[in-house]
Amino acid sequence: MIPEIGHFSLIVAMMIALTQGYTSLKGARTNDFELMRHTKPLALAQFTLISVSFLCLTSSFLMDDFSVLYVANNSQLALPIIYKISAVWGAHEGSLLLWILILSIWTVLVCRYSNNLPKLFSTRVIGILGLLNFGFLLFTLFTSNPFERIFPTPSDGNDLNPLLQDIGLAIHPPLLYIGYVGFSVAYAFAVAAMLSGNLDRKWAKWTRPWTTAAWLFLTIGIGLGSWWAYYELGWGGWWFWDPVENASFMPWLIGTALIHSLAVTEKRGVFKSWTLLLSISAFSLSLLGTFLVRSGILISVHAFATDPERGLFILIFLVTVIGGALILYAKRASDLDDNVNFSAVSRETFLLLNNVLLVITTLLILIGTLAPLVMEIFGMGKISIGAPWFEIAMLVPMIPLLIFISMGMHSLWIKDDLRKVFNRSKFLFIAATIIGLFVPAYFYGRTGLLLVIGSVLSIWIILSSFVSIKNGLFTNKLKSGINRSVLGMAIAHLGLGLFVLGVTFVSSFGIETDRSFSIGDTLSVAGYDYRLNSIKNAPGPNYQAIEAEIDVYKDNLLYTKLYPQKRTYLVQKSPMTEAAIMASWNKDLFIALGDSLGNGKWSVRIQYKPMIRWIWFGCLIMALGGAIAISDKRYRSSA
Amino acid sequence: MMNKHYLPIIFFFLIIPIFYIGLDRNKSELPSPLIGKEMPKFSLPSLQNSNQIIDNSNFDYEVFLLNVWATWCSGCLEEHPFLMQLSKSNQIPIIGLNWRDNKNDAIDWLENYGDPYNLIANDQSGRVAIDWGVYGAPESFLVDSNGIIIHKHLGPLNESIWEQEFVSLIMDVKNK
Amino acid sequence: MKPRQQRMLAVGSSAIGLIIAAILTFKAFEENMMFFINVTDVVENNKAPLDRDFRVGGLVVENSLIRVEGNLTVNFLITDNKNQLGVEYTGVLPDLFREGQGVVALGRLNGDIFLAETILAKHDENYMPPEVIESLSKHQRDGNEKSL
Repeated sequence: MIPEIGHFSLIVAMMIALTQGYTSLKGARTNDFELMRHTKPLALAQFTLISVSFLCLTSSFLMDDFSVLYVANNSQLALPIIYKISAVWGAHEGSLLLWILILSIWTVLVCRYSNNLPKLFSTRVIGILGLLNFGFLLFTLFTSNPFERIFPTPSDGNDLNPLLQDIGLAIHPPLLYIGYVGFSVAYAFAVAAMLSGNLDRKWAKWTRPWTTAAWLFLTIGIGLGSWWAYYELGWGGWWFWDPVENASFMPWLIGTALIHSLAVTEKRGVFKSWTLLLSISAFSLSLLGTFLVRSGILISVHAFATDPERGLFILIFLVTVIGGALILYAKRASDLDDNVNFSAVSRETFLLLNNVLLVITTLLILIGTLAPLVMEIFGMGKISIGAPWFEIAMLVPMIPLLIFISMGMHSLWIKDDLRKVFNRSKFLFIAATIIGLFVPAYFYGRTGLLLVIGSVLSIWIILSSFVSIKNGLFTNKLKSGINRSVLGMAIAHLGLGLFVLGVTFVSSFGIETDRSFSIGDTLSVAGYDYRLNSIKNAPGPNYQAIEAEIDVYKDNLLYTKLYPQKRTYLVQKSPMTEAAIMASWNKDLFIALGDSLGNGKWSVRIQYKPMIRWIWFGCLIMALGGAIAISDKRYRSSA
Repeated sequence: MMNKHYLPIIFFFLIIPIFYIGLDRNKSELPSPLIGKEMPKFSLPSLQNSNQIIDNSNFDYEVFLLNVWATWCSGCLEEHPFLMQLSKSNQIPIIGLNWRDNKNDAIDWLENYGDPYNLIANDQSGRVAIDWGVYGAPESFLVDSNGIIIHKHLGPLNESIWEQEFVSLIMDVKNK
Repeated sequence: MKPRQQRMLAVGSSAIGLIIAAILTFKAFEENMMFFINVTDVVENNKAPLDRDFRVGGLVVENSLIRVEGNLTVNFLITDNKNQLGVEYTGVLPDLFREGQGVVALGRLNGDIFLAETILAKHDENYMPPEVIESLSKHQRDGNEKSL
């Protein structure tokens, strides 16, 4: 019964979404206020029905209703409750339902918080969001129905993929989707503006908080995914340039460019067509990511069950949504007048340069991700692009970008002088150079070109951000209180600096080694001594495990005890390594159990990861900066 | 008159064909070297009774379906109701090839969900599946009375795939 | 310096910077483009590069895994149903590495042995890399034709 209700709700929601699009766009075009009046209630109804549907699927899981194929495939009786819930979005069909739910939530939020926008404009936005959801609902109902039944009803399910039985991974998709889907709001704002022919500074001001909100969730989502991969996949890496990871990183890069572009358009009225293009691109990359992951076109650890037919549907959707917007752009963008009234050296210049660098980075990553596919199509062989290329693709644009961030933070709007910029930044730059050159070398005993560059540039940004924060809190207070927009910006940049510092240190000083030992042996890695005490059985709720007890000594004093495991999940039979990690603010000690080598010896992978937590901490701080910026009073005022 | 704002859409429409071809390639790419060839010889123990050997001499049918399945494969669960339906309709004998599975789990699974198979061979090591060119589970092979593999389908079977891909081939064989 | 000269300097140096960056990028791309070469092409047809990394894949031959007791180094054979290639790897094997299973290794050729730097395995017990499938069935076909 419940699955049928869920299914039925989705069908009705789909029809409502279509109607929502119609009343809004037709109404706006013909100025029919009577018609437009229906848009918000329809959006609300859509949200309600989708929520009902989502709840139906969730309760099917909680009630162990294995007559629903999706539940039978992704759950089992012994699955802990919290994972029965997260299993709802653990595979293709359910994750689509989550996407649809989140889109309907964003739509309702736009309904609620758009009173300061002109009626015509906000109605259009809501209508466009409705049409987007219509597309997704159509796709789900026709190719990926989560409520499909199976007869006879199995007595137990196939269990959730053990990799997904983890808290971090449970919240990773929702956070990411809030980000991906959130960019659809900026997209809708852009299309609405193009339809109405009206694109001005106010438009940029309205779009900003929505975009920043989506961006900050995406930041947290990606950071969380990286952290999860680090401790769960067992091998100490935190980013693999996997196609699906790249698919999440590209919208983030463009989203970052978009936030900055919106800021300039709002303040100075320039970069209009650029901002418009970025608004379309951010969501386009989100959609592209969805396509890559679900179509089977790219092989990846993350990829969902592949199905070329689904891929075709998504591709058609992609072409309609992105192609349509870009055609509109080609026609309307030339109408925008951009009086370039800023000089060669100004904050605008640095922002523009960085936008360009971000776009270049995105394109390079896109090329690297698609190259294997292209080469195979043209019969040039099967290739894969190694991580070093992506690292270079990041590094080359990033170095000037980091420099321009600091210089930009020290520059004035409209017109500035290079010498004055240097003057303002020189103290901090010198301080950063001294710290960056000597401190890491002193503590870790080594140095190198990239290490120095990374340290100096990130410390420069960190110091500049602190100065900005100080100014924002104390010196440049507005009459109305702290300028949260500026404060948020500074904190976000601070987060970026911390992130880069973490990456620099881990890359330069991290150590990873495969070794072997027996009970009683001690291994030395990076100044820590690891002694294997014992190996025993350690069963869990739905798995069997072998656990090692390892004492870690530093300078002959017991530092900590680590318990790495090798698990075998009972239903799916897959072996899984549970690494043991000793985490602290300035380093991680990481140990993963390998295999029994015979003779009582066991292989282990031991890693020393200095400053690695700063990577994810940096992401959190960036997101915090975004949150603070959104809370600025100006977004609450009318018009 | 071309203005620079047309560049994005042009760029976009240059990339799209790549994706389309990529999708298409996926569908037809999977190699089917054995179609039209004689099925590989094998001899495996039966799943339910390891003393009983199943080999090519057991397949003295006009036409039959070899279905590769396992308990760890969710697509197999998906196609199972259809297989049950197919077996009840007596259209065609279905031989199961249990692929790289745990014997007890497989037997339990069949008890749980139902057994559509006339015979089930236990390919624990997967060697026979390799000989048949199995790419993944579920995968089904249509074989005629001469032991020639007429058709194969990768992925879960359902009503419409059966109608479109298998029914006419089966009729052709029966009419010879 | 006059503004005009300033601007020209800026444009000029950016252009040079961009060109250098582009060259470096292309070079890096080429160096990091790793080909997948199947076992027969390595063993019989000598298609493998001798001085750079590449990927090779096949089925791990049953009972071919040799490990000196207590040693981190393993040796095993991979096959594409036509030829076999010896692989040597020192390190912790991935969870899903198993005899009879498809595997892809990254490394380079050292004489007759492939020295693997990394062994790639997915998080799916029955994953067989598509490249491996293709090379396997290619030789399946050849094998069948020979027996007719």
